[in-house]
Amino acid sequence: MIIAEAAVAAIILIGAFFLLVGSLGLAKLPDLMRRLHAPTKATTLGIGSMLIASMLYFAIIEGKPSIHELLITLFLFLTAPVTAQMVAKAYILRTRQLHEVLPGTGRPVGWATLDAAQADACSETVQHTTID
Amino acid sequence: MTRLFPHPILSVVIAIVWILLVNEITAGQIVIGIFLGWAIPKLTSPYWPDRPRIRRPGAVIAYMGIVLWDIVVSNIQVAYWVLFRRGNSLRSRFVTVPLDLTTAEAITALAGTITMTPGTVSADLSADGRSLLVHCLETDDPDATVAQIKDRYERRLKEIFE
Repeated sequence: MIIAEAAVAAIILIGAFFLLVGSLGLAKLPDLMRRLHAPTKATTLGIGSMLIASMLYFAIIEGKPSIHELLITLFLFLTAPVTAQMVAKAYILRTRQLHEVLPGTGRPVGWATLDAAQADACSETVQHTTID
Repeated sequence: MTRLFPHPILSVVIAIVWILLVNEITAGQIVIGIFLGWAIPKLTSPYWPDRPRIRRPGAVIAYMGIVLWDIVVSNIQVAYWVLFRRGNSLRSRFVTVPLDLTTAEAITALAGTITMTPGTVSADLSADGRSLLVHCLETDDPDATVAQIKDRYERRLKEIFE
C-alpha cells in the first residue's frame, strides 16, 4: 500500500513538473508562435500523468476502478490541436509583417486564412462600390 | 443499414463514450448509449455526408502507440528547451509540408498529430487543402523535419485511410 501511494505521489509530482514547465514556457518564450508550443505539449504529459495517478489511486487504494480519466485524455487530445490551430490562424491573420515572410504553399493558391481574408476584403470593396 | 447508421464507427464510439461517462454498465444505460449512437450520427449526417473508411484497423493501434511515445519524447524535449534555452536562441521558423493525403479526416488526424509531437505546431492549410503550414520551435534543417513528418506520420495515415 505504501509503495502504491508512493508511486501515485511520484506520478503526481512528475505531472506537476510538466504543468509548471508549460506555464513557464508560456510566460518566458518571446513570441506567440513559440509560446504556443509550451501549453500544447508540456501540458498534455502533465495532465496525462495526473490522470494516470488518479486511475491508479482509485483502482489500487480505493478499490473502485475509474475509467472517466480515459475520456478526459481523449477530449484533451481532440481539443488541444484545434485550439492551437485557431490561435495560430488568428495570429497569422492579424500580423501583417508575417504575410511577407510566410513560406509559399507550393500550390497555385495561398494559405486558407489569408486567401479567405482577401476574398472577404474584395467582396467588401465590391459592395462599397455598388452602394456608392 | 447505411440510412439507419450513417457512421457506424461513430455510433459505436458514442455508445462507448456514453457508458464511460455515466461510469456504470447497466441495461438502461446501454439502451441510452445505443439510442444516442443512433440519433446523433443521424442528426449530424447532413453536415458530414462522406464516411471515412478505415482500411487497416490494426494500423490504427500501432499509430496511436507511436504517437503516444512521441508525445512523451516531445514533452521532455520542449521542457528542456523551455528551462535551459533563452527564448530568442531557439531557431523557430515556418515550414511548408506538401500533402499526399486527400481525405479531410486523414488531414485532420495529421494536423492534430503534428501539433502534439516534437517541437511542431500545425498552423494553417493551403486554400486547396494540399499543403500544411507547420511552425517548428527549433530546427536547423527544415527539409529533414518535413521528411520526418511525411515518413513517420503521413505514410502511416495514408495506409490507414486511403
